[in-house]
Amino acid sequence: MKQFIIFVRKEFFHIFRDPKTLIIIIGLPIIQILTFGFALTNEVKNSKIAVLNPTIDETTTKIIDRLNASRFFEVQESIKNPKELDAAFKSGKIRMAVVFQNNFQESLQHSKKADIQLVADASDPNIATIVMNYASSIISDVQNELNPNFSIPYQINIATRLFYNPQQIGAYSFVPGIMAMVLLLISTMMTSLAIVREKELGSMELLLASPMKPLVLILSKVIPYMLISLFNWLIIVILSVWLMDVPIKGSFALLFFVSLVFIIAALALGLFISSITDSQQVAMMISLMGMLLPTLILSGFMFPIENMPIPLQVMSNIVPSKWYYTIVKDIMIKGLGIKAIWKETFVLIGMTLFFITISLKKFKLRIS
Amino acid sequence: MRTIIFLLEKEFAQIFRNSAILRIIFVMPIIQLIMLPLAADYEVKSINCGIIDHDHSPYSRKLIAQIEASTYFKLVDYEQNITGAMTNFEKDKSDIILEIPAHFERDLIKEEKSNLLIVVNAVNGVKGNLGAAYISGIIRTFNQNIRMDWMNFPKMSPVPEIKIAPIPWYNKLMSYKNFMVPGILVILVTMVGSFLSSLNIVHEKEAGTIEQINVTPIKKHHFILGKLIPFWILGIVVLAIGLLISYIIYGIFPVGNIFLLFSFAAVYLVGTLGLGLLVSNFADTQQQAMFFSFLLMMVFILLGGLYTPIESMPDWAIMITKFNPAAYFIEVIRMIVLKGSGLKDILPHFFAISCFAVVFNVLAIWSYKKQV
Repeated sequence: MKQFIIFVRKEFFHIFRDPKTLIIIIGLPIIQILTFGFALTNEVKNSKIAVLNPTIDETTTKIIDRLNASRFFEVQESIKNPKELDAAFKSGKIRMAVVFQNNFQESLQHSKKADIQLVADASDPNIATIVMNYASSIISDVQNELNPNFSIPYQINIATRLFYNPQQIGAYSFVPGIMAMVLLLISTMMTSLAIVREKELGSMELLLASPMKPLVLILSKVIPYMLISLFNWLIIVILSVWLMDVPIKGSFALLFFVSLVFIIAALALGLFISSITDSQQVAMMISLMGMLLPTLILSGFMFPIENMPIPLQVMSNIVPSKWYYTIVKDIMIKGLGIKAIWKETFVLIGMTLFFITISLKKFKLRIS
Repeated sequence: MRTIIFLLEKEFAQIFRNSAILRIIFVMPIIQLIMLPLAADYEVKSINCGIIDHDHSPYSRKLIAQIEASTYFKLVDYEQNITGAMTNFEKDKSDIILEIPAHFERDLIKEEKSNLLIVVNAVNGVKGNLGAAYISGIIRTFNQNIRMDWMNFPKMSPVPEIKIAPIPWYNKLMSYKNFMVPGILVILVTMVGSFLSSLNIVHEKEAGTIEQINVTPIKKHHFILGKLIPFWILGIVVLAIGLLISYIIYGIFPVGNIFLLFSFAAVYLVGTLGLGLLVSNFADTQQQAMFFSFLLMMVFILLGGLYTPIESMPDWAIMITKFNPAAYFIEVIRMIVLKGSGLKDILPHFFAISCFAVVFNVLAIWSYKKQV
């Protein structure tokens, strides 16, 4: 036990003697959670649009004003010729163009019918769908106002109610996601590098020659990083609750416990990477280049997993942050308890055991 | 000139000698490019829909049949009351609930007015929004059909109607992959470029070999060029392979000029490599360089418009995107590949990226110190 404490202390010396790295490790999650928590949103607003309006009249002006006044659109330019449409889209200045027919108002009054085309840049098909839908509903509203005396017969009114995140705050889905991702990557990178570095510098040989058991050796390496990660986690949670108004509806103790499990899983993954690599460069490439995009995309906070093809759905199960993301969402935003998350927690524990067992096996081989 | 050639020889020898790194440089981007767009698929096709039908009338059944027939929804849940439906909602089994009130049909015909309630799970932002948009569309059509049925006996003169026709351009099949593949390719090329180069110099620092170079008469800019060119070539090769893969696997062929795309990429890579070298000059250990690259990559990806639209961000974040080289390249590659934009359209981007290239590299050369 005394040996163990001494070794832990040695690791702390390593870390505190290099303040630049320490500042980076602690500052990084803060910067990331602040930037991305505030900046990312799924909402579609301020889309720039162009208007092609051959005959300017009361109705078209009203529609254009209404579009411009909504927070979804900004009328960027007015186009005279349909041929200019293509150029406007190609220069990337607009997302959608509203094309009125000739003599719009006249046609509406006399033939009781007038056409509007909503031409959208479908490079991003979802934004195109959402933008066209917003515009359609704004135009329909104007239409209803134009004929206050006609109540439209056989009308089905649709009431839409948003649950869990009624203001559509992007932070609610992004904060748990970023949290899972940042914690996973930083913890993994820290441990994998710290161990491989000792291998590269040759000081690992010295440690191995000592009478320490491999398990104790590894534990003493991991514990300081676990404490740093927990500290990072605490800061992230404080920032998200105080600055980003993300609630903790469920139990904080439960959140803490599960986060501890997740951090240990991430550290174990780092350990695993360090046991299969010999150089820092390779370790880094695996833990950054190899893991960055997959964790970002497969953890489910950007793209719903059930939409993915089956093989990828299966693959997403090996991404630890996927499980943690579900847990955090359940506890913080939905306020669910242990009953909802015990399965996910067990998966994380299973992963930890798996990584540690394999790393220990590899570790022993190295000695012989 | 000869110095540079020797330096290049050295760098290439180093890269090719380490087969693990070489494999990672080429294999990892390829695997990711093949797999990730399949995952990053936001064509919302299977929105899990729960239905509570209190009416059980021909109309309510007809509406449900129409929702079922659409490709967007999967009916997962039939409940008698809202509490039952909410339980499944909580478990994420359904994304959206449609509640049809009792007397839906009777009210609609007798009182000419009826209500429906849609409950949306907004934790999953885009999916909720799209789901609500789709289901409203279906209900609107349903509503129009009913109106047509009953209006055949017109009690009143027709209401003036504005006909709205949505027309998607450039990506007529509305394929989300066409949107994501070029974006992901940019990130992969950036990783190979900036990330590897930043590690490279720090590696020499840590290994101590940089001292040996410092004592030679090699000029600062020779040294920087020697580090820059190999990774520049790797980046271009990865881009070419990536475009080939996106053509073979996803059938995406650039509508615009490929030459233009590569010339933009060439300048872009010089810029990001310069940034990578700059990072490496300030980092003492590979660990520091890596954490810093991690931050940069996250900014590149998340504030680059890869996935969330830039114009929805708050103003200060939009300012940051202006200084994000990846944001320019992501926009340009999508413009050229999907819309066929020409040189004139991307001129502002070209200008901005050239500025980055010059500034970063000048700073990199300036901050590289030959003495310890």
